[in-house]
Amino acid sequence: MKKIIELKGVTKSFDGETVLDNISLDIYDNEFITLLGPSGCGKTTTLRLIGGFEAPDAGDILFMGQRINDVPPHKRNVNTVFQRYALFPHLNVFENVAFPLREQRVPKEEIQERVENMLSMVALKGFEHRSVTRLSGGQQQRVAIARALISHPQVLLLDEPLAALDLKLRKDMQQELKNIQKATGITFVFVTHDQEEALSMSDTIVVMSERKIQQIGTSVDVYNEPQNAFVADFIGESNILDGMMLADLSVSFSGQTFVCVDKGFGKNEPVDVVVRPEDVDIVPPEKGMLTGVVTSVTFMGVHYEVIVDIGGFKWMIQTTDFVDVDERIGLYIEPDAIHIMKKSEYSGLYGDYSSFSNELDELSDAESEPDE
Amino acid sequence: MRETATRRRERLVGLVTRGPYEVWAVLFILVPLVFTAYYAFTDDSFAFTTENITKFFTATSVVEGSGTVHTYLLILWRSLKLAIISTVVCLLLGYPLAYIISRASPKAQKIMMTFIMIPMWMNFLIRTYAWMTILQDTGILNNLLNALGLGTVHIIGTETAVVIGMVYDYLPYMVMPIYSVMAKMDDRLLEAARDLGCSGSGVLRRVVLPLSMPGVINGITMVLIPSVSTFYISQKLGDGKFFLIGDAIEGQYTANNLHFAAAIAFILMVLLLAAMMLMRRLTNKKVYGGT
Repeated sequence: MKKIIELKGVTKSFDGETVLDNISLDIYDNEFITLLGPSGCGKTTTLRLIGGFEAPDAGDILFMGQRINDVPPHKRNVNTVFQRYALFPHLNVFENVAFPLREQRVPKEEIQERVENMLSMVALKGFEHRSVTRLSGGQQQRVAIARALISHPQVLLLDEPLAALDLKLRKDMQQELKNIQKATGITFVFVTHDQEEALSMSDTIVVMSERKIQQIGTSVDVYNEPQNAFVADFIGESNILDGMMLADLSVSFSGQTFVCVDKGFGKNEPVDVVVRPEDVDIVPPEKGMLTGVVTSVTFMGVHYEVIVDIGGFKWMIQTTDFVDVDERIGLYIEPDAIHIMKKSEYSGLYGDYSSFSNELDELSDAESEPDE
Repeated sequence: MRETATRRRERLVGLVTRGPYEVWAVLFILVPLVFTAYYAFTDDSFAFTTENITKFFTATSVVEGSGTVHTYLLILWRSLKLAIISTVVCLLLGYPLAYIISRASPKAQKIMMTFIMIPMWMNFLIRTYAWMTILQDTGILNNLLNALGLGTVHIIGTETAVVIGMVYDYLPYMVMPIYSVMAKMDDRLLEAARDLGCSGSGVLRRVVLPLSMPGVINGITMVLIPSVSTFYISQKLGDGKFFLIGDAIEGQYTANNLHFAAAIAFILMVLLLAAMMLMRRLTNKKVYGGT
């Protein structure tokens, strides 16, 4: 695959505060790449650097091999869908979409044709003369996408474009965006803090945290083979335990020895052990590899979310079997459900469900409140 | 039951908060307007007449060099000319100024707006007198020019001096409404325009200008109206050579011709109102018309 954008050792700070620290990233032609991370991780800044709204303090940004550090936004073949759409309130739907074409002095008939085609692609036919201020969030979103795509950019940057939509609409738009990306073959660089969105849409996910890239990989890679405790915790739910590699394919944690599928670690090397909640089987206590007491059970619709206290460490287990609070249960874990990670600066910070609360989780997710 | 109680309370709150404004508006806006119209269409014994109005359009006088002229139409034309020039100058100075201020950091914005407002804290007469001492043939400006060996310019008593005075006095009224519209303009809109292929001047022309149009119209209104009816500035900085419509109104009042003064004021008001409505309609069509 052809590299379309390269970031090489890019550093950026605002008012003496570093927001991106020596980032390197390759973006390939025709891929759907997602920058995923909590707010303040530098993902939006990365997007703005690619868009040309900021210049890096150090490092280079290449577009098809050409250095574009100082190229202004209007001379980059890259367009942006802004977080709050940034539609021009003084123009109607048609004129918003036609905006870039008028700048390029495209002939009138061609503008008419291209805008009509683009509007039917985003299912907004018949809305041409509507004021953009009288559209719903989803419709505004479509206008923003149409406007960004009409001049055939090679790369489309999307800054949390779905954050302001309600859940149902968001799911639809995710699918639609993915379809548009496939149909147009344009490289999409998508920024989000929603890991589910990232997993379901992306060819490549770039997990970012604290000014750095933590991991780059496919959705399956970052979910199944997280690089460190941060990634394991941020993407999906994880029980992350202190462990020790006894030998290849053998690890001990929670006072027991387990067979695993990882190797290549030093003998008796301390490691982080990740066990996904859905990979744990509940069995009778006498058959369990570990035993513990259920401290809470939450019905989630498809499954129950069970918190189990095992030797003072609270595990999360997702199961379709019903267990009761205070019940003593056994846990059975398959070797390939155990993922071993090297110790990192994030070790010990995540993966214990002692203070777990669904409510808190949702509160911290709502970093951008919807418009309507 | 609860809902009607809430509604009643809302109405009460509305009355209490709006009420004083409405009383104020009636007392200080509506009543004076009605009186002006009443005086304009009555004679000294308060009988209805259109004589005052016709007098404005028909009165003539002999002016040296120009022969017989329509006195008040000439004065009106002169006032309009100076007011329009002043308004245009205010717009040309104020628009970029408002843009620069609105794009500065919040702290810098506050400081710059304070500087714009400070002259308004001084009395209008004092400001005008200050300009007299600056612009006089032996004033500060000419002393400075002499010191630099650039000779003397004669400004006081010219239209230029009157325009300078008006621009100085009314510039804040142009800057403030434009600034307040621009400060609310989302930075993302400017970025979006850049992103979609606009150069710097394209962003100004296609986004900033149309979005700031309501501020521009307010600014023009707020400068044009006081400058068309000004009288003091022209007397002092124009050496009394430029008799303006404001001077005419003042002169008629001081000469106790209240009815004719009211008629002039009334005609001026109608003219300005028509001009404003026309401008609003034109810009609305152009800016918000879409295709």
